[in-house]
Amino acid sequence: MLDILYSLIPQTLFFAAPLIFTALGGVYSERSGVINIGLEGLMVIGAFAAVTFNLLYANALGTMTPWISLLVAMVASAVFSLLLAIPAITFRADQTVTGVAINMLALGFGVFMIKQIFNKGQTEFISEPIYTKDVPGLVDIPVIGEMFFNNMYITSYIAIAFSFVAWYVLFKTPFGLRIRAVGEHPMAADTNGIKVYTTRYIAVIISGALAGIGGGVFAMTISLNFSVSTIAGQGFMAIAAVIFGKWNPLGAMGAALFFGFAQSLSVVGSSIPLLENVPQVYLLIAPYVLTILALAGFIGRSVAPKASGVPYVKGSR
Amino acid sequence: MFSSTKFNFIIPIISVVLGLAAGAIIMLIFGYNPILGYQALWNGVFDSGFFMSETVNRITPYILTGLAIAFAFRTGLFNIGAEGQVLVGWIASVWVGTAIDAPTVIHLPLALLAAAAAGAFWAFIPGILKAKLGVHEVIVSIMMNYVALHLTNYLIRDVMTDNSESTEQVKQTASLTNDFLIGLTGSRLHLGFIVALFMVLVMWVILERTKLGYELKAVGYNQHASNYAGMKVGRNIVISMVISGLFAGLAGAMQGLGSFGTAFTNTAFSNLGFDGIAVALLGGNNPFGVILSASLFGFLKVGALNMSTAGVPNEIIEIVIALIILFVASGFIIRWALLQLKKGERK
Repeated sequence: MLDILYSLIPQTLFFAAPLIFTALGGVYSERSGVINIGLEGLMVIGAFAAVTFNLLYANALGTMTPWISLLVAMVASAVFSLLLAIPAITFRADQTVTGVAINMLALGFGVFMIKQIFNKGQTEFISEPIYTKDVPGLVDIPVIGEMFFNNMYITSYIAIAFSFVAWYVLFKTPFGLRIRAVGEHPMAADTNGIKVYTTRYIAVIISGALAGIGGGVFAMTISLNFSVSTIAGQGFMAIAAVIFGKWNPLGAMGAALFFGFAQSLSVVGSSIPLLENVPQVYLLIAPYVLTILALAGFIGRSVAPKASGVPYVKGSR
Repeated sequence: MFSSTKFNFIIPIISVVLGLAAGAIIMLIFGYNPILGYQALWNGVFDSGFFMSETVNRITPYILTGLAIAFAFRTGLFNIGAEGQVLVGWIASVWVGTAIDAPTVIHLPLALLAAAAAGAFWAFIPGILKAKLGVHEVIVSIMMNYVALHLTNYLIRDVMTDNSESTEQVKQTASLTNDFLIGLTGSRLHLGFIVALFMVLVMWVILERTKLGYELKAVGYNQHASNYAGMKVGRNIVISMVISGLFAGLAGAMQGLGSFGTAFTNTAFSNLGFDGIAVALLGGNNPFGVILSASLFGFLKVGALNMSTAGVPNEIIEIVIALIILFVASGFIIRWALLQLKKGERK
């Protein structure tokens, strides 16, 4: 039994990390009143930027490469998210539509650039990925050490730490209150002197940065290269995690961990005695079916921030 | 001044022009010749009957997924699950097409019906969950997409065939292809476009000419007002999703009984459903607008394949399409700019 946990828990954290980052981004954007269907595309840009930078500068930067690549991914996606922010906030464009366009644009742009830089539609595997590490000291704790601190990706810990920071910022700081205010009732917020547009811009850029990290982590821990199919639906899973987690950073983290767990079950499942005779298709669809059941059963109604998806027009009633 | 219906036409046209212009600029920046690039795009469709037929085959499912998403949008729902509904419709049509023996007059309609029913059922689940439990239709639909992907792969590998990646061809009695058209064009041009155009009429009639359509739209505008007026909100949400899924399921049948004549395993989504979102939006969620935007999409996607002869990566077209959608979505600013221009002229 313990053996199963030893393989399941690290796998869960491994699969969940990119989803956690991206879902946190989704929470910030949607809490400010901007639906971000474009998370998928922002992850694509993150993955593209991370892999490209990693391949081009691995020789010069050595073991620092993945971390600088991650920063590059973050900045690239934050800049790219302006393409969502400007139409959705300033031009009052339909946010869903804009997000869909962002997804297409990111994929087209990423593959187009890969062809420009590397002359082919799929990159080589990166030489400096993020490696697993044992956490010194903690790994020696009996049972728990083996479960949580052995052979782990440090990005998984960062993701979980980020979730708590994101929660604190959103619910315990004036800045977080402003984000929630413009997402719930922008006119009231405006009346109180909160700059609705600026706040929404910041929130969308934060979501771009976080989705960029998510894409970068995915590329440098899971896929290790970039092609048209590197990011295939992870962004949409992150959106699901946002809604599942009821627009709360910790809830979104929980949902992402749940998805990671379900995904690791389908990978590890065949070696678990209880599950080895179950046809693989059940394990493959389990995460999705369980999510639907969970939503229908005990999570109940999830209500979006009130102004989510509605462009704010100054002076309108 | 421009009336608002005029804007509905002008904004997409301006957006298409701006999108193509932006594509040309990008080609210039990266050292390609945009004239040669667009020429190759044009020739890629109109140079041969074969590719013109391929384009029609590409347009047909786009019309149907566009209708599916437009219908849901018009009734206040976002059917992001068209992707999965296409897949289940596809496999249902192929199943009926391979497993049953019957004359064409029965077999073909039956296969189409199976596809529509499968798509409708796949959309019914998010619909009923939203209506009864208030679960967000977007998240359930996204999940249903993945279930459809894995389930259809499983059915093809383990149930319909013996560990093969593709099913047999559907029987000729269930096929949408037609010897006359094949002889004429040398391609797999099939009669699906008639089905698609018919469904355009169906959507228009439902939305504009029936009490049901009126109620569906009313629920989309304002659930509470509709409820107060005595309409059954939950029931209408379910009906909307089912009709939307029915269109998407038929799009799958176009592939299964027409363009491919078979079903095969997929490692990723076909994107017919996701592209349908763009088709619906560009078409202003209007059934006739969907025909135009689906045609543009089909033309760009098929023509793009030929752009490599001019040395241009075909992803440029993905970028152009995305920009067109961004421009359409930003219609407010285009309208504003046009009005400023008009004002300037008058002074």
